[in-house]
Amino acid sequence: MIKKLILLMLLLPVAVPAETVFVTLEKDNAVALVDPLKGTLTKTVPVGLRPRGIALSPDHRILYVAVSDEHTIKMMDSASLDSLGTLPSGDDPETFALNPKGDRLYVSNEDDSTVTVIDIAKKKAIASIAVGVEPEGIAVSPDNRWVVSASETTNMVHWIDTQTHTVIDNTLVDPRPRALTFSGDSSQLWVTSEMAGSLTVIDVKTRKIIQNIKLAVPGVTSDKIQPVGVILDRQGDYGYVALGPANRVAVINAKTFATEKLLLVGSRVWNLAFSPDQKRLYTTNGASNDISIIDLESLRVTKSVAVGLYPWGIAAKP
Amino acid sequence: MRSTKKCLLAVLGLPLFLLSFWHAPALAKTRKTLKIAYFSQDSIAAPALSNPDPFIPDKGIPGTQLGIDDTNTTGQFTGQTFTLKTIAVAVNGDAQQVFLEQVAGKFDFVVANVPADTLLKLADLPAAKKMLLFNIASSDDVLRNQECRSNILHVAPSRSMRTDALAQYMVQKRWSKWLLVVGQQPEDRLFAEALKKSAKRYHLEIIDERVWEHSYEAGRSAQSDVAVFTQADEYDLLVVADERGAFGEYLDYRTWLPRPVMGTQGLIATSWHRTHEQWGAIQMQNRFKEKAKRWMEEQDYAGYLAVRALGEAATRTQSTELAPIKTYLLGEQFALQGYKGNPLSFRPWDGQLRQPLLLAAPRSLVAVAPIEGFLHPKTELDTLGHDQPESQCHWENP
Repeated sequence: MIKKLILLMLLLPVAVPAETVFVTLEKDNAVALVDPLKGTLTKTVPVGLRPRGIALSPDHRILYVAVSDEHTIKMMDSASLDSLGTLPSGDDPETFALNPKGDRLYVSNEDDSTVTVIDIAKKKAIASIAVGVEPEGIAVSPDNRWVVSASETTNMVHWIDTQTHTVIDNTLVDPRPRALTFSGDSSQLWVTSEMAGSLTVIDVKTRKIIQNIKLAVPGVTSDKIQPVGVILDRQGDYGYVALGPANRVAVINAKTFATEKLLLVGSRVWNLAFSPDQKRLYTTNGASNDISIIDLESLRVTKSVAVGLYPWGIAAKP
Repeated sequence: MRSTKKCLLAVLGLPLFLLSFWHAPALAKTRKTLKIAYFSQDSIAAPALSNPDPFIPDKGIPGTQLGIDDTNTTGQFTGQTFTLKTIAVAVNGDAQQVFLEQVAGKFDFVVANVPADTLLKLADLPAAKKMLLFNIASSDDVLRNQECRSNILHVAPSRSMRTDALAQYMVQKRWSKWLLVVGQQPEDRLFAEALKKSAKRYHLEIIDERVWEHSYEAGRSAQSDVAVFTQADEYDLLVVADERGAFGEYLDYRTWLPRPVMGTQGLIATSWHRTHEQWGAIQMQNRFKEKAKRWMEEQDYAGYLAVRALGEAATRTQSTELAPIKTYLLGEQFALQGYKGNPLSFRPWDGQLRQPLLLAAPRSLVAVAPIEGFLHPKTELDTLGHDQPESQCHWENP
């Protein structure tokens, strides 16, 4: 026992790098900082009215937060949290995506049915692209060829060329598409549809659907299965889908598309983020006001950390 | 010859491109049109004794039109166009006559904003047999039971759905003893019947039932009348059945005992409400207000859903024909987004749209039913209204 303890103490300082998880708190108008290795809330800092979407620059130095009711995206130094200015996001920004280089930011403007393109260096909007009604989920392919926007009411994924800022194609998906993500090799696009309780996998080359997966949880009625956040690991082995009021994360084999495990997390699980080394997965649980930490090696929920009112978006930096 | 053709194509293509704001290869397909009729009968403002809200003559129309707008954004890429023609019968007009002249043989799909008796008369016309009518106005339970018709889908919630929603909340609150006040209109009695059925279903007690009989201007003597009228043994809640709003607004704060009011006034169960903002509803509220310059009413919401349901079925079946669309609407796969958290679908046994109901006070959203904890083996939404085993609807051609 003592030996074990000593071993553990010896291991700790060496094996444990620092990591910070940022969580937007929609109703607290703040961002929570969590130390995921200790499993504790480090601090909460005010950020502006109704913060939702959150992302880090590719070098992890800049933190972007959509403050919806101030109609802007705030830029902050991710270490000091000092303000670095604001971006003209258009009305009521909710979700946004950065390109791989980190010099362009694409915002969904739900009320205007548009996607705004922002040049980050100039802090200027350089294009506004008309899409379907109520665009929400947005993602940029890792090869920087595509920006995809999902419109919740039109039930479509719109394929925008990153060079010309025009919509090249549209793919019809199940009712109320919410979130989408590309595979690491840019060959597949995964889209969640909240009202159908389904996940659609689209082949990027043809923009045709290759698989439609109806998600299910034993003992939970099908209308409670409302998938939102979706994320794929770098190797292309597993995808993870947040099932909303079903309070679970589905672990999906990216080769067979079979649900291999359902992990019970907090209530109304919403958005997902990996740790930078992809060893852990973090979830925001909107109704239980906490985040869950999942160890991906053992596929176990190791901890939940209370963060504040309505945790919405989440991002992690080393 | 070839180059002329190309030129012509380019000229033809240009306006399409501009019109369609997206570069869309799907536009090349042959387009099909799904025509929808919006059929309503004008009404005159009922005397509302204490209602400060203005009379809205076009309830239902802008909502249905918004449904067309939204559905056409999808249709643009699937080669389908959705159109709406509004047909209004004058206050004293003959609805059947107008229906035969302007709808019969011209439309397969009708959004109907008419009272229950008119709806049945229209649905029973031989010309309506090969149509699908969407009831966006009447909550009569009999339309979902003994008088159900296989050519009517009910987007409006039934009275039973409303009273079950209220009862579930009262079970949660443990406000289980009700004093029931009923107006004199036929619809008030129907609402009272539904309340009594819900009370029985959820083991709530109605300690007494009283009919509000005053025919004169109630405001004058409400202060003393209501106090006397509501004297009763111990009860938790005053439950009112007054659909027109003839006296219900006078009850609150005038009762003998300090008791909250629920039913058709006070706390109500409604399919849509201006205080509703969750699940993307704020977007819907904003878009509707921009279009109509007023708040969205229940009929607008129902009209919107009727068109969206048709659009969803037409998109998924790639058809504009009645038979495949109807089969899809009543099938297991159908799931409609309705800004209320759950996917909406039609009950195959009576054509009623399953939907959550909002429990709302005039300026606040109090709860959303089904209330958490009321379970059902298939979907919790079927805890509201007539479930399959108790349904008295027996369609001849389901």
